[in-house]
Amino acid sequence: MMQGAELTECAAVVELVTAYIEGELSAIRAAEVEAHLALCPGCTAYFEQVHQTIAGVRSLEADDLPAPLRDDLMEAFRREVPPR
Amino acid sequence: MTTPTVVEGPDAELVTRLRNGDETAFATVLDGWSAGMLRLARTIVSTDASAAEVVQEAWVSVVRAIDGFEGRSSLRTWVYRILVNAAKRRAVQEQRAVPWSSLELGDEPTVDPDAFQAAGEPWPGHWRTFPEQWPEEALLASEVRDVVAAAVRRLPPQQRAVLTLRDIEGCTGPETCALLDLSESNQRVLLHRARARLRKELDEHVHGRSGHHEGGGS
Repeated sequence: MMQGAELTECAAVVELVTAYIEGELSAIRAAEVEAHLALCPGCTAYFEQVHQTIAGVRSLEADDLPAPLRDDLMEAFRREVPPR
Repeated sequence: MTTPTVVEGPDAELVTRLRNGDETAFATVLDGWSAGMLRLARTIVSTDASAAEVVQEAWVSVVRAIDGFEGRSSLRTWVYRILVNAAKRRAVQEQRAVPWSSLELGDEPTVDPDAFQAAGEPWPGHWRTFPEQWPEEALLASEVRDVVAAAVRRLPPQQRAVLTLRDIEGCTGPETCALLDLSESNQRVLLHRARARLRKELDEHVHGRSGHHEGGGS
């Protein structure tokens, strides 16, 4: 039923987590990953942790532009691109 | 004065407003993108101060060149491209240039091979012990954000730049490749390694096996 190398080892499945999440696997490969996850609590936990990690990264707040710099840039815009 | 290139598509209205000197439009893009630009610049240059200067330089270039924007990419990608070029020039001056296009990445595993059973054990390639789930409340703790931020700062520059663009700025894979001059496969490998490394550090934090203590190292 499966094509290509059989995907049964956890060590191989964890290396596909990014391609799986990003939707870059072939339909067959993605189905194999899902079949493995359905039977493997370890890989399920690992994939979940990667999702949680991505969510953690997304929640990081960046520093805003320092106010004086922002003022300078607004001024540069007014100077360079006068209203038409 | 040159005639502005006609731009079509989703950015058309914004570009027209910027070209017409609409301050509100400029404030919107400046406030919307600068934080991400600072973060991205910081992955390429060596200090926060240089990153701020590079962002400033990029915005001045954008303002001067807006009439020449051709709409071949999104406006944001075009602005980021100008930023990355400015940051790379600065990195060369700072002798901090990081090789991008010539990067050679092997396919070494991102999870410690010792986590899996070896040949001769009952289930070769399978977990020795399953990763322990992270309790929901562990991730809600405010210190987790600091742990993630510190772990991101410790990533190698290429991994940090790709992760910043993909997972913080929300750029697509192709946009990230174009911005950083990376092949699609290298971009994918760098993102994969960056996420795996952060997962490991978070796991060590959640389960109290931290290898990195506060105030440690650069």
